[in-house]
This record gives sequence, structure tokens and C-alpha cells, in this order.
Amino acid sequence: MTAIEVEGLSKRYGPKVAVDDVSFTVAEGEIFGLLGRNGAGKSTTVDCLAGLRVPDHGQIRVAGLDPRQDRHELRQVLGVQLQESQLPDRLTVGEAMRLYASFYPRPADVDGLLAQLDLTDKRTTRYRRLSGGQKQRLSIALALIGQPRIAILDELTTGLDPVARRDAWQLIDDIRNQGVTIVLVTHFMDEAARLCDRVAIMRDGRIAALGAPAALAQPTLEDAFVALTGRRTS
Amino acid sequence: MKMLTITEAKLLVREPLALFWGLAFPMALLAVMGLSSTDIGGVPLVTIYEPIVIAFVGVVFGVQGIPVQVAGYRERRILRRLATTPAGPVRVVAAQLIVSLVVVLAATAGVLAVGRLGFGVPLPRQAAGFAGVAVLSATAMLALGLLIGAVAPTARSAGAAGTVLFFPLMYFAGLWTPQLSPATRHIGQFTPLGAGAQALRDTMAGGWPHPQALLVLAGWTLVCAVLAVRFFRWE
Repeated sequence: MTAIEVEGLSKRYGPKVAVDDVSFTVAEGEIFGLLGRNGAGKSTTVDCLAGLRVPDHGQIRVAGLDPRQDRHELRQVLGVQLQESQLPDRLTVGEAMRLYASFYPRPADVDGLLAQLDLTDKRTTRYRRLSGGQKQRLSIALALIGQPRIAILDELTTGLDPVARRDAWQLIDDIRNQGVTIVLVTHFMDEAARLCDRVAIMRDGRIAALGAPAALAQPTLEDAFVALTGRRTS
Repeated sequence: MKMLTITEAKLLVREPLALFWGLAFPMALLAVMGLSSTDIGGVPLVTIYEPIVIAFVGVVFGVQGIPVQVAGYRERRILRRLATTPAGPVRVVAAQLIVSLVVVLAATAGVLAVGRLGFGVPLPRQAAGFAGVAVLSATAMLALGLLIGAVAPTARSAGAAGTVLFFPLMYFAGLWTPQLSPATRHIGQFTPLGAGAQALRDTMAGGWPHPQALLVLAGWTLVCAVLAVRFFRWE
């Protein structure tokens, strides 16, 4: 079964081409990594998958749905963690979780999810009093609260300390084992190598390489990344 | 929707500045007028100021509060995040408007109560007319605030725009000079709060609001709301 199909996706902002004829598929239950330097087109691709932007060209199917035409259905089955998305300062962790849980017909257990992300003792803490890592973990929790079939996690572990990063990885493993398909946008090659079944490395809006991390690694995934996307290949 | 509205209500209650300017300050202003023995043309100052204070509450929550809330939610990418959930971004903006409307109307009732119990200002004699005008004034302020929030790029610029608008709006409501000259009153009747304060005053005195005042308020509400929806920047 295919969870995500992207065929010939292109998107430009005025004269600037953000995504240029990108195609890939993600199998159900797969963890798919989207790598690339800043401005490579990762976020625009993710926005198109989530139905936040209209592609100029190309076909997208997420869980068999068209992200624009079937928006309503897609929102029920897709969980998205967006970069730099915040919450109101005076909202507490528990309130945010209950609020987002109320959006979905079959939400995950709030307490269980908070425990998994080590936020149980922050339940009554207001958003602005959270550390960067705690905000990030809450953001992950909100993306998963609706028990999505597919989750898009943009810069999942940015701002997390090494222990919290490992915990987040464990969580990703756990939810994948529940059958959730995951698209991971990341800058961290060790994270991609550790978690992803396959990765796409983007450069200038195109896919420069696509495959299993071990197959692309020469000798490591990071070396391959630098060779493919660096200005100078040294 | 219910959960969003409850959440927005909690958040508003946690904003001490909004509560000060929107509730405590107007009540205090009314009390100061009530303690003064001045009258204008035989009408006590507190009676003259009651509709002005009610207009003031509408400006604070509508024109100063709503733009900062809406633009702030956009700036912090809260609207964008909600766009990926089944709730969608429209409902949270609707929840903000509902909460602010309820607060403005509750504060209006509070002003009437303080005026009546504290200083013997009679309750509106044309109660139905007064209620209608109060709702229409509030919606005009909310629609204007929504328009600012819809187009302002940041919460900061939205706040600045609301503050700038505060002065002409409240000038024509009579905050600084309750008795406007005939020329300014002529202009003022076409502004939302010039029309609103006058209609509140008329209904408090027992008359029906002038149809033109209702048209002006409904017109501002409709035009601002349509423009806000048309030009709303979701991100």
C-alpha cells in the first residue's frame, strides 16, 4: 500500500522555483526522510502534502486523498508538526492537549502521550514558561494527538538535548510500530540514518538522491549529503 | 467549537492588561464622573458619560484587542497549525469574536449596573432599542478590529493601528468633549461610535434610535466584515 504519492510536483513563488518536478512515493508504515539544506524545497513540499499550498503542477495523493479537494478528510488522518509554530503564551500544556484532542473523533490518550514525551509534570505549566525542548515535545504531541495514519514531522528534534532526542526517536519508532507512516524533515544525518527506511535528498527544488540511507552512504550519509548539496564538493 | 471558545475565554481572562483597560478603567471613569456634581444642561455628567463609556469598552475589546489576537495568531503560526487539523483556522477567529462580543455585552451590563446602583442613573427606558444598538455597536467595533487583524502583518502593527484608530473613534463618541460642535457632530454621525453613542443616548432617554444611526452601524459592520473576509491573510 502506498501512503503518499507525489508525481511531478512543481511550485514557484514569483520567479523563484521552490520545487521543480519532484516525484516520490512513501509506503504505508515507512519512515521517509526529506533532507536538504535551507531553501532546498523541503518545507514547500511538506506544505503541499499538508494542503497548505496549491502546487503549480503535479499530482499528490496522501492516504489516497487529494490534499486540496479532500482537505476535510485529510485533516482527520494526517498529523502535522510545523516548524516555528507556537501556541498562545498563557495556554497550559494540558489545555493545549485537551483542545487539540477535541478536534478529532478518536484522539489518543492525553495522559499517555504526555508521559511518553516526558511532559506529565508540565501539565499546568503555561506555554511561555516551557523551555525550547519542552515546546518542541509539546508540538510533537499535538501532531500525534489525533492518532493520525500519516504524520509529517518538520525538524522534529531541533532544539532538543541529546537525551530528549533519543526519547523522540524512541517515540517515532513506537508510533511506526503502530503502523503510522512518517515523513521526517530533518537536518540531522545521524537521525535520518537511524530512523528512516528511505531518504530523499533535495537540492535546488529537485531530488538529488533517493534511497535507503545505507545505500546512499558514501561512506556516511552526511558525506553523501555534503557531496550532493554542498557548493563545493571537497 | 465549544472547546475553542472556552479556551479563548480562559486566555482572555488571563490577560491582565485587557481586563484593566476594558473593564476596570471604564468602571473607574464612570465612577469619577459619578462623583462629580457637574451637569450639562441639567443632565448629570455621569448620565452623559454612560454611553461614552460603553462605546469605550467596545473599542478596547474590538478595535484594540481583536487585531492583536488575530494578527498574533497568524504571526505565531497558530492559524497555520490549525489549518492542518480538522478544526481549521476560521473557527478560532470566530471563537475570539464570540468571546469578545460576550465580554463587551457583559461589560455594558456592568456599566449600566454601576451607573444605576452607584449613581442613580436610570436604566435605559427604551430597553429593546438600547439592546439592539449595544449589539450593533459592538459588532461594528469587532468587524473593524477583524479588518485590522486581517491585513496587519504583525501583532505589533495591528496594535499600533488599533491605538491610532482609538482617538478619532472615541473623539466622535464624545470622550473628550461630550458636546461636539454642530460641524463635528455632522461628521461624527457617519462614524461608528458617533452614531453608536448618540443612539445609545437616545434609547437611554426612552426614544427609538434614529434609523440613520442603525444604518451607519450596520453599514460599518457589513463593509468591514466583507473586506476582512476578502483580504484576510492566513499567513
